[in-house]
Amino acid sequence: MSLRRFIAVRVAATVPILFGVSVLTFALVHLTPGDPIDQMVALNPQISAAEEAAIRARYGLDGPVWQQYLTWMGNVLQGDLGTVISVDQPVLPYIMARLPETIALGLFGWAIALLIAIPAGIYAAVNKDTLGDDLSRVFALSGISLPNFWLGLMLILVFALWLDLWPVLAPDKPLLSADMLWYLVLPGVTIGTASSATLMRVMRSSMAEELNKEYVTAARAKGLPERTVVLKHVLRNSLISVTTIAAFLTASIFAGAVVVEQVFAWPGLGRAFVGAIVGREVDLIMAITLFTGVTIILANLLADIMYAVLDPRIRYD
Amino acid sequence: MALLEVEDLTVKFYTEEGVVTAVDGLSFHIERGETFGVVGESGAGKSVTALSVLRLIEEPGRIESGTVRFDGEDLLSMSESDVRDVRGNDIAMIFQDAQTALNPVYTVGEQIAEAVRHHLDYDDTAARKRAIRLLDDVGIPEPAARYDDYPHEFSGGMQQRVVIAMALSCDPDLLIADEPTTALDVTIEAKILDRLEHLAEEYDTAIQLITHDLGVIAEMCDRVMVMYAGRAVEKATVEELYYDPKHPYTVGLMSAIPRIGDEQDRLQTIPGTMPDLVEVPSGCSFHPRCPFAEEVCTRKQPALVDPDTGDAVGLSDRAAACLAYTGDLDSELDYEVEVTGRDAPPSEPQSNSRIHAPDAEQHRADSDPLPADSDPVGSDTDLLDQDDPDEDTGGQQDG
Amino acid sequence: MSTDRGRIRITGFDADRVESREPLSDWTETRDTGTEGRWVRAWREFRRNRSAMLGLYIVIVMSLLALFARPITIAGVTVQPFSLAPYDPGAILYAQGLDVSAYEAPSLAHPFGTDGSARDVFSRVLYGGRFSLSIGFIVVLVTAAIGLVYGAIAGYYGGWVDETLMRILDLIFAFPGLLLALIIVAVLGKGYWELVLAFTAIGWAGYARLIRGEILKVKENEYVLAAKALGARDRRIIFRHVVPNAIAPLVVQASLSIGTVVIGVAALGFLGLGLPPSSAEWGTMLDQTRQTIVQGPGGSIPWWVTVFPGGAIFLFVMSMNLIGDGINDALDAQEGEDVARGGEV
Repeated sequence: MSLRRFIAVRVAATVPILFGVSVLTFALVHLTPGDPIDQMVALNPQISAAEEAAIRARYGLDGPVWQQYLTWMGNVLQGDLGTVISVDQPVLPYIMARLPETIALGLFGWAIALLIAIPAGIYAAVNKDTLGDDLSRVFALSGISLPNFWLGLMLILVFALWLDLWPVLAPDKPLLSADMLWYLVLPGVTIGTASSATLMRVMRSSMAEELNKEYVTAARAKGLPERTVVLKHVLRNSLISVTTIAAFLTASIFAGAVVVEQVFAWPGLGRAFVGAIVGREVDLIMAITLFTGVTIILANLLADIMYAVLDPRIRYD
Repeated sequence: MALLEVEDLTVKFYTEEGVVTAVDGLSFHIERGETFGVVGESGAGKSVTALSVLRLIEEPGRIESGTVRFDGEDLLSMSESDVRDVRGNDIAMIFQDAQTALNPVYTVGEQIAEAVRHHLDYDDTAARKRAIRLLDDVGIPEPAARYDDYPHEFSGGMQQRVVIAMALSCDPDLLIADEPTTALDVTIEAKILDRLEHLAEEYDTAIQLITHDLGVIAEMCDRVMVMYAGRAVEKATVEELYYDPKHPYTVGLMSAIPRIGDEQDRLQTIPGTMPDLVEVPSGCSFHPRCPFAEEVCTRKQPALVDPDTGDAVGLSDRAAACLAYTGDLDSELDYEVEVTGRDAPPSEPQSNSRIHAPDAEQHRADSDPLPADSDPVGSDTDLLDQDDPDEDTGGQQDG
Repeated sequence: MSTDRGRIRITGFDADRVESREPLSDWTETRDTGTEGRWVRAWREFRRNRSAMLGLYIVIVMSLLALFARPITIAGVTVQPFSLAPYDPGAILYAQGLDVSAYEAPSLAHPFGTDGSARDVFSRVLYGGRFSLSIGFIVVLVTAAIGLVYGAIAGYYGGWVDETLMRILDLIFAFPGLLLALIIVAVLGKGYWELVLAFTAIGWAGYARLIRGEILKVKENEYVLAAKALGARDRRIIFRHVVPNAIAPLVVQASLSIGTVVIGVAALGFLGLGLPPSSAEWGTMLDQTRQTIVQGPGGSIPWWVTVFPGGAIFLFVMSMNLIGDGINDALDAQEGEDVARGGEV
């Protein structure tokens, strides 16, 4: 099977998964007693029962759950993701307005994770059982053990309040302004720390495992410089397993965004999601969940392709 | 001056279980162009010796003492970068398991060419050309097309040929072959050994052949060193070793070879196993397994001596390390070597049904499709390949 | 040396002589390596690992502190009378007539200071361990059990059973764990058992996949094939032969994921979606204090309300991870047991 066909099959296979995700989420959210209309009514007692019913009908919130799902699905297929009821705005532009902030945050976190993890992992594996290896181990364990929201709070405490290098909360500016990009460092580091720790451990152990293989001795026996042995022969083999983990980190980076955006008041999708949960914004919850699902599936697909590029033994049949 | 002179080499591994003395005061030498056999059970320190020569011992192992002189220069006291110039260039290594010795993510051609580029300063095109010629030399069909294949696309025998090509790539003076055919089928083993012998002759390369198979030794080697528990227990020419073994361990190894047509009820074996090198038996380390051992063997460590005179020997002499030759034993080593069937076709000690003979001329005439003096290799490549269709054309693995 | 050439036969190397004689020295071939089981050896290995043991001690101390922080009463009977925490974690101290105000800096009387409602942070941190620790352990036990059964069934039976069960797993993996937990908590509401359920729902999938993989590896082993050939029943094969061999990686995963669950629970608390706002759960305490950092209650910053609860989470999770690493190393070390044998590299 060619790689192109493999990708096509894999993409096709994601359709039922996304369908399952949407059904599961829809079912969960609609099991909940209470919706935004209830809150609206509670705030405005003068709304009559007839008016309430009319509002529900307008947002498609009348009728049994399966019917609501079908309506929702039909709308989605036509590109209508529904409405954010509290601000009476369509979901799609609402998400689009916040998406760049989250992508910027995620990419920054990713970049930090890779930039720290790969060199540190190589260093630790090559210098196994030295002080540097021990230090990197301490860093990795701490990074994994640090709750990201607490790390964020501590960074604000130290760098914003005590050292006064950053403002305490994200400035209310467009993303591509100097202030915002400068501020991005704090949440970016927060979100990247755990990922970089995880990735570094994987990098170190996979590198250490490869270093013990005989082809490494064979490469040394050819008289190649140690640098070539490590960076050419060992690294490419180690990256094979690291790629998968790096793809899985996409999920954890997104989950991290939910919390970290809250800490730093970063105006992204994660913060919108928490708001949607609190306000029971059904359409918004559905849209963000599906969007995340697609992202994760795409990341895993990318990992598979990377795998094929790095490892000639893999054939898709 | 010999090509390689190893003197008093001691290598220890500092493991959690204790200190393992893998090689203990070992001395030997290899002459230019000769094939030198190192034989012994696994764990005798053969591979460690090989890796020590290239200074490739890794943690927790350490070369404790000794000298390894190659062309008169001590490899052990060289700088790391000087040793790297020797590795792969002057001394190359063939590994036991080609499948693990080849990097799975690079093409076989690249793995040969990179050493050529590095040591001989060839550019990409020239290195590629040389690699293709080497692939051809070791008997890989359609070498230009197979250059870009990955190791997993070759069969085991073909992979081992690639490893040999890799080792020969910079025309080394010494080839260290660590059990080069142990992982292969018997029929393929014979072809690979044949090819190796030919190439060594053509490139005028000395071989240090490590094996546990006395049959392979008989076929390939000029001189032999028998190792036990990290030490040399006997050194001899192949003929001397087979017709007149001096050390009880060698005698045991030879008795343990099954022979077709033997009336013996059961296989003769050496009792017990190689000792754990953390805790080696006192005195002569072979004494717990030696039928000729006496009380003195538990106390006194035998030195390598001339078996006829009992005197200390130089690097190159015939030697055995047994107290019988220093007059310490009360009784004799009462084993006998019978040579029978003088007029029958020569047949040698062997570990499988193949025919080996120390008498190289006769052996060639018998089992080799080529006349013994038929060189150069390039011309006989096709001849050789014709008779191993199952290996060469079946080289492509499915998967 | 004989000058004859031909077939060689050697006689006189008599192995029986070695076997029948008295040993010449007290050297024996096999040194006593003990016959204890793998878990005993793993435990011995683990005990030699100082950082793992440090982690174990910290977890034990923190668990005991949480347990003995305040008395425990079940159905009117006090089963645990000790009270290590100096104050009731929920008590607003000035309301009890004490001379204490909100945001008092750490002092001898209040080692971790007081929070915005003049509650003793030290008492709250001690007591708060009860929530995080118990949820962590319960969730890991339940999820590991579910994952074990699920993965064992999928891996052992294979075919369409495996196919179906794995597609369900794909579904779970398409959610980032925290998102699903948030949705579930939004559906069920806040509360202790709601959190347990939410984290169980997202946690079991990882074990299931791990166990399935292990089972697939073990399944092809000879002893399993042999048991099958002898006609052993499926359930018996799974639980007598396959599962015990797949359990080691499960233990490693479980020990490492307690920390993940504890962080997750705290994260929900921090988002205000965990336990009720006044509860002393560590994450929930941080949710209260975020405002103090962001706004700063007039000049001075009450750093202690942020540092101590978060530090408690970090300390516990770090210790759990040290333990998990130690278990991993201890179980790993056995596999490479005969490394020291001989000198062949």
